[in-house]
Amino acid sequence: MGQALLLKGGRIIDPANDIDNQGDLLIEGGVIAGVFPGSAPKERVAGAEVVEANGKWLVPGLIDMHVHLREPGEEYKETIATGTLAAAAGGFTAVACMPNTKPANDSESVAAFILAQAHAASARVYPVGAISRELRGETLAPLGEMRRTGVVAVTDDGQPVGNSQLMRRAMEYGTNHELLVISHAEELSLSENGVMNEGALASRMGLRGIPHIAEEIMVYRDLALARYTGRPLHIAHVSTRESVDLIRRAKAQGCRVTAETAPHYFTLTEAAVDRYNTSAKMNPPLRTAEDVAAIRAGLADGTLDAIATDHAPHSELEKEVEFDLAANGIIGLETSLPLSLALVRDGVLTPRRLVEVMSCNPARILGVAGGTLSYGAVADVTMIDPDAGFVFTEADIRSKSRNSPFIGWEMQGRAVLTLLAGRVTFRR
Amino acid sequence: MATEKPFPHKHVLSLADLSPADIHLVLQTAASFKEISQRAIKKVPTLRGKTVINLFFEPSTRTRLSFEVAAKRMSADTFNISNSGSSTAKGETLIDTARNLAAMNPDCIIIRHSRSGSARLLADHIKASVINAGDGTHEHPSQGLLDLMTVQEKKGRLDGLKVAIIGDITHSRVAHSDVIGFTKMGAQVHVGGPATLIPRGIAEMGAVVAASVREAVADADVVMALRIQKERQQDPLFPSLREYATFFGISREVADLAKPDAIIMHPGPINRGVELDPRLADGPRSVILDQVTNGVAVRMALLYLIMGGD
Repeated sequence: MGQALLLKGGRIIDPANDIDNQGDLLIEGGVIAGVFPGSAPKERVAGAEVVEANGKWLVPGLIDMHVHLREPGEEYKETIATGTLAAAAGGFTAVACMPNTKPANDSESVAAFILAQAHAASARVYPVGAISRELRGETLAPLGEMRRTGVVAVTDDGQPVGNSQLMRRAMEYGTNHELLVISHAEELSLSENGVMNEGALASRMGLRGIPHIAEEIMVYRDLALARYTGRPLHIAHVSTRESVDLIRRAKAQGCRVTAETAPHYFTLTEAAVDRYNTSAKMNPPLRTAEDVAAIRAGLADGTLDAIATDHAPHSELEKEVEFDLAANGIIGLETSLPLSLALVRDGVLTPRRLVEVMSCNPARILGVAGGTLSYGAVADVTMIDPDAGFVFTEADIRSKSRNSPFIGWEMQGRAVLTLLAGRVTFRR
Repeated sequence: MATEKPFPHKHVLSLADLSPADIHLVLQTAASFKEISQRAIKKVPTLRGKTVINLFFEPSTRTRLSFEVAAKRMSADTFNISNSGSSTAKGETLIDTARNLAAMNPDCIIIRHSRSGSARLLADHIKASVINAGDGTHEHPSQGLLDLMTVQEKKGRLDGLKVAIIGDITHSRVAHSDVIGFTKMGAQVHVGGPATLIPRGIAEMGAVVAASVREAVADADVVMALRIQKERQQDPLFPSLREYATFFGISREVADLAKPDAIIMHPGPINRGVELDPRLADGPRSVILDQVTNGVAVRMALLYLIMGGD
């Protein structure tokens, strides 16, 4: 099926096979047909279309395990089509989309609709279902039926599950369906009406704060539930130093926990909201320099397993308003890789570790294809130019929304070619 | 070559934006304008032909009237828009309201709004000058300036004074402007009140957090009680107004801990008998009505400095 494709002379980084060297990558019939250190034997690649990689990185397609695609219900912000175009441009070949759509993805029919829309998309779309019906935190959504339809995990993301018994039951019931539970960790009684990190800056700006303990108390509860039930748990968008410490300790004790953070939590501090910049308003909120340092250390030492964007498109309607009234969240698919490559330049992550947290680990945590360049694996591949310098402008954005605090930033490194099952979804 | 404007600000949104020299200029200008309000004909032509809009989204008597009186005494044309009569009641956004007002070419918009940062949002979207007349729990810079003026007038200086501010520091935009303003001018601000109403990080704004109201007031030159908002009882931030009055109200006994010549201030309106003993509010040490008088002078000075002078 189709012509073979040879990606020639790249730096192939494939942690799953312990490979990091110069070589050629051959794709045939939408799957990986060979990784050749040095160069591929001529007879083996005869007739293949050749793309010169010129030393650029060839890595398993990036996977963003936490995005909001807004479809169904808020297509004016994003659709599965536009969101996956942005994903492909950012080097992603797969995304996991959160259930807080309208209606919420709390049933087989909504999950099936998302999967149907995803057929023509520019990236694989893995729906994440709701834990509770209508995300109300009261009764369990049909977890088994949704799992059968194709959801890869469940969460009430956007809202915590305040009821500890419900969270426990979701984790226990997940046993029968091999269903991963993802925690949006937030103790609402502490965060209610808060709009930014609690501290001196919030006091000066006259804004109600969200203390870091609002996250940590819930991280602790969910770790306790994971230990008690023996079930795996994934913690979304970790933003505080103490959360990182709690997860590190739980892992050392053998708890089956994984965790993600987002590029903004290792790049920005609360200072970004100064002058009431709603493009830097999100939940959990941007924290302090100490938290940023701890997030970076957590990514480096394996406490945090994944970088996920929490891509949250909003239109001007939700953002060009008083700070208190502005919606939470920023888009992230098209800036995630450049911001993460900065961690490599800063010496926080090795290139191999970067590929682990942006591809291998998300695939493993969600139990989905990809994350490897093994022979016969699906040919989801990203070619990265780690040195390309550019300014991120509004005109670059493929997403339907433009709510990014990074517009105007000088960046270095980005995807130049994205292949989904061997097919080009993005080329620069 | 153009000479530098003595007051290099188009807007007055926060006292954090003003330098001590800027504040000094405002106070000096206000002191010289105060006399205008004591004349038989209380009007000067300085701002004739200028248009000032009072855009008030929250109920206000004192501040709105003070700005209006100030503008009229400078001969500016003033227009008042209050929340109930405005198009926001019909769902218009703040930015749209601002753009529509801006299309009528006002020189200055004075805004009061329940959301922190709303004055900044307005300033970012229109060409006219903006004066913040109180935005949420952020700041109330003209109140801060009139407090500075009143203390300067009564004490002859600001530098080295001990200023005690007692009450709901967290939600008081007056307290925030006062902490910034007094600190900038060399005074030492001590804050006291229920720990639930002392915001985290207030020390980084320059205030000293006192362990008790008594400690805050001890040897103070200035004692300011803040209005306690009755709806705060529900949050829960303190058990009852009775308990608030007992432990955090400024009684005569507490006031006696201050210096013998200490002055008593309050930004008004007062909950008599809750945050302040009525005999103190009406007593010889009270400067509460001087604050109101100085408010007009300070606002005349602000309008003059951002719109006039050339």
